[in-house]
Amino acid sequence: MSVNIRIQHALKKYGSNVIIPDLNLDIREGEFFTLLGPSGCGKTTLLRMIAGFNSIEGGDFYFNETRINDLDPSRRNIGMVFQNYAVFPHYSVRKNVEFGLTNKHMPKSQIHTQADRFLKLMQIDGLADRMPDRLSGGQQQRVALARALCIEPQVLLMDEPLSNLDAKLRVEMRTVIKHIQHDVGITTVYVTHDQEEAMAVSDRIAVMNGGVIQHVGTPKNLYQRPANLFVANFIGRSNQMQGKMVIENGQTMVVLPNGNKVAIHNVRPECAKEQDVIISLRPEELLLSRDASAGLIRAKVDDAVFLGLNTHYFVTMETGEEA
Amino acid sequence: MERKKRDVWSVISVFFLLLFLLILIYPLFGILRQSVYSDQGELSLAQFTKFFSNPYYTITITNSAKVTLVVTLVTLLIGIPFSYFYSFYRLKGAKFLFVISILCCMSAPFIGAYSWIMLLGRSGVITQFLKNYLGIDIGNIYGFGGITLVQSLKLFPLVFIYMNGAFKNIDNSLMEASANMGCTGVKRFFRIVMNLSMPTILAAALIVFMRAIADFGTPLLIGEGYRTFPVEIYSQYLGENGTNHNFAAAISVIAILVTAVVFFFQKWATGKYKFSINSLHPVEKKKPKGIAGVLMYVYCYGLCAIAFLPQVYIIYLSFRNVNGMVFKDGFSLVNYETIISKKRLLLGRSITNTLYQSIAALAIIIIFAILIAYLVVRRRSMMNNTIDTMSMLPYIMPGSVIGIALIMSFGPAPFGLTGTMLIMILSMVIRRMPYTIRSATATLMQIPISTEEAAISLGSSKLKTFIKVTVPMMSSGILSGAVLSWVSIVTELSSSIMLYNNKTINLTMSTYIAISNGSYGPACAFASILTAVTTLVLVAYLAISKSEDIRM
Ligand SMILES: Nc1ncnc2c1ncn2[C@@H]1O[C@H](COP(=O)(O)OP(=O)(O)O)[C@@H](O)[C@H]1O
Ligand SMILES: [Mg+2]
Repeated sequence: MSVNIRIQHALKKYGSNVIIPDLNLDIREGEFFTLLGPSGCGKTTLLRMIAGFNSIEGGDFYFNETRINDLDPSRRNIGMVFQNYAVFPHYSVRKNVEFGLTNKHMPKSQIHTQADRFLKLMQIDGLADRMPDRLSGGQQQRVALARALCIEPQVLLMDEPLSNLDAKLRVEMRTVIKHIQHDVGITTVYVTHDQEEAMAVSDRIAVMNGGVIQHVGTPKNLYQRPANLFVANFIGRSNQMQGKMVIENGQTMVVLPNGNKVAIHNVRPECAKEQDVIISLRPEELLLSRDASAGLIRAKVDDAVFLGLNTHYFVTMETGEEA
Repeated sequence: MERKKRDVWSVISVFFLLLFLLILIYPLFGILRQSVYSDQGELSLAQFTKFFSNPYYTITITNSAKVTLVVTLVTLLIGIPFSYFYSFYRLKGAKFLFVISILCCMSAPFIGAYSWIMLLGRSGVITQFLKNYLGIDIGNIYGFGGITLVQSLKLFPLVFIYMNGAFKNIDNSLMEASANMGCTGVKRFFRIVMNLSMPTILAAALIVFMRAIADFGTPLLIGEGYRTFPVEIYSQYLGENGTNHNFAAAISVIAILVTAVVFFFQKWATGKYKFSINSLHPVEKKKPKGIAGVLMYVYCYGLCAIAFLPQVYIIYLSFRNVNGMVFKDGFSLVNYETIISKKRLLLGRSITNTLYQSIAALAIIIIFAILIAYLVVRRRSMMNNTIDTMSMLPYIMPGSVIGIALIMSFGPAPFGLTGTMLIMILSMVIRRMPYTIRSATATLMQIPISTEEAAISLGSSKLKTFIKVTVPMMSSGILSGAVLSWVSIVTELSSSIMLYNNKTINLTMSTYIAISNGSYGPACAFASILTAVTTLVLVAYLAISKSEDIRM
């Protein structure tokens, strides 16, 4: 039942305001795909274009080979989970979950068993007859998820589904979501602005900024080989230094601020030329050392924040840069 | 903006556009047209010249304006403290005070006037008592003073209800912060509480003003020489001393202009107080203490007692023996027997008509309100905004103006609706619709659209989503509006009086006619039945609904 999603040259405008200028994306069948970016960058907009609730000003959207641009949202066979849960307040939990099935002209008994299956899967079968106003946020989100999955959609779309939950529940629910997605094997597009959450659940992540996709890759790829400074800074922490790239004996070297040279082996050939560069370093790649011998960058520790597993140091380096 | 697709909602938009052109714009235009013909049937501004050149006529507008402004001020002055005590202090019997004040403002407009005449009029019991036993002559309550008394006591609960909403939204931390900065007591009340509530005060003032200026029954009964324009329109249109339809139309046009100016002035004034408050910690009610506490109780219960007195007194009178215009000693059911058996079964007919008209009107209003709210909130477009604006027109049209506008437009062929149920129902729909549309719109705006989108993504059609998700979610808000709308419809007088006949007569009209015929006993019986019916419905509603959120 799952599909791959192909988006080509998507364009979104509100009036004359271009929100998404030209976006291409391929989402594979059955994968957990996340749109990650700061708030206001157009994630929700893109998701709602896929769902059919936003108009599409240009480009093509495909589920497998079917172009869905003009397909009514109710015919796209999409499961959707919203930030505010959007559980029907006037229906019991069971009726909420069954709602989508009643639109499918199924026999009553089949609706019942199908709903039971997903109520069990989401571990809310004990709450089936409750009204939503007597459920906690986490329980409501389980209902929303059961309701969305129950119609066995081609695609599952989730817009910041955890952001209304408290921190502990958020971590618990994201594990639930990841497992369920894995079990059901449904193509999932997940929206969040929380990079840690994105890393925890996703097969692949697209980092967006200003309506433009900056980088698509696995969490590991994103962290270790960010496509640009924006991604480097958005995913985890990173420190920047001014440096120079030089080529000596056919070997690409980077000159650090203190004059030290480091050989770099994985520079793309077309970039390997003499130029000023910005060096981005993950905090854990910098080690503090008391050894004052030459070759190291001298720095003064301004502040230290102890976080249990590790400690963050804030230092001023001899070059005046802070890290 | 969303790309427009033609669907069933586009058809509904067109339907409302055409309907409102027919039932709102066409009658308004009809009045305008009538007003620019002279008595000789020539196109001219003669009617307006006649009005403005003769103080006998202009005084009706100035009188209306004067008494209405004073009433508005008085309601604010008595209503705001009442609401303040109610919202900031834990008064015993608060729910009781609430119910009583709702009952006061939902009573038929002229019953209060009639009852006050019985109490304080020339031969009123209180007047007589004071004169005969204490030698005090309280003068007369007819005219300006009487109108002010009756309308203020009837309308202050509107201020109370509005202000309760505003006071509930004041965050406790604001009160504490101002106390920290040394601003407490009366000073804090004016500097913080009043300022924060200003938009609501203005909204309450507007609704009181509109109700008071359009009120027809009160000045008719208690105004005597103090002539106001709703009465003048009526007497020019149907009066005993010769009628002049063109002149009635001209006064209506002037009246609409006056109310329109007030309406836009209020909008402008409200615009100066743009801030949003959202309260996380509502103010905690204090226990009233000491002398101030006693005074609070005296004030709140005293005010409610005085305001509710007329209704109680009418019910008392309805059981008294009566001979023509004079109440005799002793009690009996003779008044009820009269209206049940005599007068060609007037009571039965009145009750059936009342139920038929009010339920039909209410059903139409609710359906219209839900559909229009959906168009306005979920389907923004030029056409739907136009529909919204048109639907608000009756807000600035006094009831008597709506009455003659309808009869002028739909009385003649090809409509020929004079004396039909349809025109009565139509006037009730038009009169009450703007309020219900407002409350439906406000309700829908608070419902996040994602719930409806969830339904659609689950394969539900637009229509099914609307019926199964949108409407049920709106229903609690609609219901509270509907009960109050029903009561207002039942007690509607100012436009019905232009439109009713013996076949379509209802309870309110029967009461009014009995009063104006001088058959005081039956009048009291009719009024008591009317009061009993509306009271029962309101009390039942207030008992069932837990919240005190009432939108007028
Ligand atoms: N209905 C709308 N009309 C106009 N602008 C909108 C509308 N919805 C969103 N926007 C704009 O589009 C941009 C992207 O919004 P959104 O997709 O909601 O961002 P996010 O990535 O936080 O989900 C924002 O700048 C927002 O102001
Ligand atoms: Mg968003």
